[in-house]
Amino acid sequence: MTNRVLDAKIPKGPLADKWTNYKFDSKLVNPANKRKYSVIVVGTGLAGASAAATLAELGYKVTAITMHDSPRRAHSIAAQGGINGAKNYQNDGDSVHRLFYDTIKGGDYRAREANVHRLAEVSVNIIDQCVAQGVPFARDYGGLLDNRSFGGAQVSRTFYARGQTGQQLLIGAYHALMRMVGEKRVELLARREMLDLVVVDGKARGVIVRNLVTGETERYAADAVLICTGGYSNVYYLSTSARMSNATAAWRCYKRGAAYGNPCYVQIHPTCIPVSGDHQSKLTLMSESLRNDGRVWVPKAVGDKRPPSEIPDEERDYYLERIYPSFGNLAPRDVSSRAAKRLCDEGRGVGRSGLAVYLDFRDAIKRDGMDVIKEKYGNLFDMYHHITDENPYDLPMRIYPAVHYTMGGLWVDYNLMSNVPGLFVLGEANFSDHGANRLGASALMQGLADGYFVVPATLANYLGGTKFDKVDTQNPAFADAERDTKARVEKLINIKGTRTVDDFHKALGKIMWEYVGMGRTEAGLKKALVELPKLRQEFWSDLRVLGDSKDYNLELEKAGRVADFIELGELMARDALDRDESCGGHFREEHQTADGEALRNDEKFTNVSAWFYEGADKDPTVQREELVWEYVKPSVRSYK
Amino acid sequence: MSANHSHSATSTQKAPASMTLTLKVWRQSGPHSEGRFEEYKVDGIVPDMSFLEMMDVLNQKLIKAGIEQVSFDHDCREGICGTCLMVINGSAHGPDRGVTTCQLHMRRFQDGDTIVIEPARAKAFPIIKDLSINRSAFDRITASGGFISVSTGNAPDANSILISKTAADLAMDAAACIGCGACVASCKNASAMLFTSAKVSHFALLPQGQPERTDRVLGMVKQMDIEGFGNCTNTGACEAACPKEITLENIARMNREYLRAMLVTRKS
Repeated sequence: MTNRVLDAKIPKGPLADKWTNYKFDSKLVNPANKRKYSVIVVGTGLAGASAAATLAELGYKVTAITMHDSPRRAHSIAAQGGINGAKNYQNDGDSVHRLFYDTIKGGDYRAREANVHRLAEVSVNIIDQCVAQGVPFARDYGGLLDNRSFGGAQVSRTFYARGQTGQQLLIGAYHALMRMVGEKRVELLARREMLDLVVVDGKARGVIVRNLVTGETERYAADAVLICTGGYSNVYYLSTSARMSNATAAWRCYKRGAAYGNPCYVQIHPTCIPVSGDHQSKLTLMSESLRNDGRVWVPKAVGDKRPPSEIPDEERDYYLERIYPSFGNLAPRDVSSRAAKRLCDEGRGVGRSGLAVYLDFRDAIKRDGMDVIKEKYGNLFDMYHHITDENPYDLPMRIYPAVHYTMGGLWVDYNLMSNVPGLFVLGEANFSDHGANRLGASALMQGLADGYFVVPATLANYLGGTKFDKVDTQNPAFADAERDTKARVEKLINIKGTRTVDDFHKALGKIMWEYVGMGRTEAGLKKALVELPKLRQEFWSDLRVLGDSKDYNLELEKAGRVADFIELGELMARDALDRDESCGGHFREEHQTADGEALRNDEKFTNVSAWFYEGADKDPTVQREELVWEYVKPSVRSYK
Repeated sequence: MSANHSHSATSTQKAPASMTLTLKVWRQSGPHSEGRFEEYKVDGIVPDMSFLEMMDVLNQKLIKAGIEQVSFDHDCREGICGTCLMVINGSAHGPDRGVTTCQLHMRRFQDGDTIVIEPARAKAFPIIKDLSINRSAFDRITASGGFISVSTGNAPDANSILISKTAADLAMDAAACIGCGACVASCKNASAMLFTSAKVSHFALLPQGQPERTDRVLGMVKQMDIEGFGNCTNTGACEAACPKEITLENIARMNREYLRAMLVTRKS
């Protein structure tokens, strides 16, 4: 029923002119007509809040839905290090083209050229917009904006607000959104979770949500639906995502016909605080910005258990500087994570578990003084101290890779529209701009690019060029979707088994980390594809959720999310098995170079895998969107 | 109230490998039901656990015993989303300074301790269930002026607005507020002055905030009153409880902004 032809709809013309040409050729909606169109925005993180605010400013009727108690809680808030913008304020040779190139290369040549170029183009507008909103970016003594470097780049293009950049950008977007709420141009629905997409005559026309406080289901109709609900790192149970972050809204869209792009592309971030025990409920990132000044090392000798201060320099292996001299400690995330894992697997890891490496500020403190380091990273050092009870000003930090971001997501074309007309997907929830590995400080950039600048143009093109029948919540498609939703919720609460939601979620995380984690093999993935359906079956026969479905019931909320995670985990394993190459964050151990780097198979896999749901007891099917290289020549991705 | 950073050496040496604790937890099934404290025992609590991980242990135990879980809101578990406010032994976010509940660790407690856990209590923050509260009043205060009216696309080049490092740093100090409500919970008047003043200060310190300076402070203060928050009597409990260490200086700045706004809008 839904459109299964994957047409990326990339505009014609030279790369640098495509977005300009698109905007000129785009259909427009005149100001008086805008108020006749209604848009539902699901999620109020960077992508959702910026889209909802901007669309309301333009005059559309906007409904913003968040599962949180306030739009300001979305997990964009936890991003620490910064946001990229090709301003070249540092006069160090940066340009839109260089940001474009770094991002394409960083993604291991698995992203679309046209999307990435547009992202780099609007990056400069984002910085302007945020400063105008009052985002307190760091400044130098002359009053100008300051920058720092991030992984995979040799220029300083990252704007930051201490170690709280995500917070400040989200609060900026939240302010813009609340201004529109105050003027009654956005209807804000908090503590509501989208549980289904309503498709009428092949077009996305609304959503079914559960009011999390009352437990009642509600129907909302509109002319377009924007999914801005973030990524699916929590499939692994332990990740740097917030505990409520989930894939349910996107997964419901998949089940209603939207294609899921590259689900196996997961970013494992190299610098997280290591797991301290079985009680661990989430992992905390230590910003990549720390690698501007911190040096990563392990002892040269296997099993060297001396305290770090007693290991002299000549017996330390500053392995990133040794292996990747031109990028050093700022090698990209996938490359750095794998290097850490390799050394720990060799038995050179540090700390109690041996699953950690040092991130050491001794030399930076000696060079710049304690005050400078405190000013730059104070809040991160404090956070590390709270969690580990070790003072990183005296002792090197211990860090280890952890699941952090998902490059995969719902498939979208250049318009950020999925194959279901009227269903747009923004930010981490879509698959589009980061290929197989995302560079640091690019998630904030993409979320805001999509919301502030891209979707306002592409949505007008869709609305202006589409004929709409009047559809309201009395349409039978709404009744059907609501009935399905209620049945699923009741089913969860009526299993009345013995195991808790967390029990199942942890079991899922174990399977995923073991077989679909940092290193993947054919045998392991096949094992996962046996274990996961078994887990799904156990879940639906032995889950215990107490309480009432018509009530504020946090276990019931979690149960629905974990049910979807188990299914998505299966799709990730299937995609990882299908993609018989290594690229970016997807590392198939069968495909590596002599020195352990990812080995791509461009002949077979210069494409996007888009998966289609075929029904409950059927295997999903895959279609490929071939990536076309007009400007970049894919080469071996070297940071040496 | 010892500062978090001073106890590290002793706590790791003295803390037992595993603790048994008695928890007195506020249970209330809905906004209009009567609440009560229930007593629960938890064991196997290790010093490296966060307070919320200890609450996870409790809930897993309750569910296995057929008792409905304690409802408590939380999300990022890294001290930045502001969701996890609860009142622990009478203090918002517990005994440590500059820390949210999720960043409070069990090494702060001793084997055999009794811990009293209750929701933040304020008329403007109605209880939803157990420890979960409704803080949407803060959103409405923000919607009443806590923004700069710059629609997307209207911005000049970022470096065309020069801002002194001092002003930018002070604005950032104020903007660090996470909207958790600890200030309200710890104030005897349940005043929202620290929250509101942090926002007013953030913008008052920046050139971009000047055009709407007057309407902003008047609008936000008015909404604060409508929501039923109390007045400020300069006790300073809010500052002590704030996990982001927002200072009283912001309240002084807001009072000045408010006075100024009253003067310039006075009808002759």
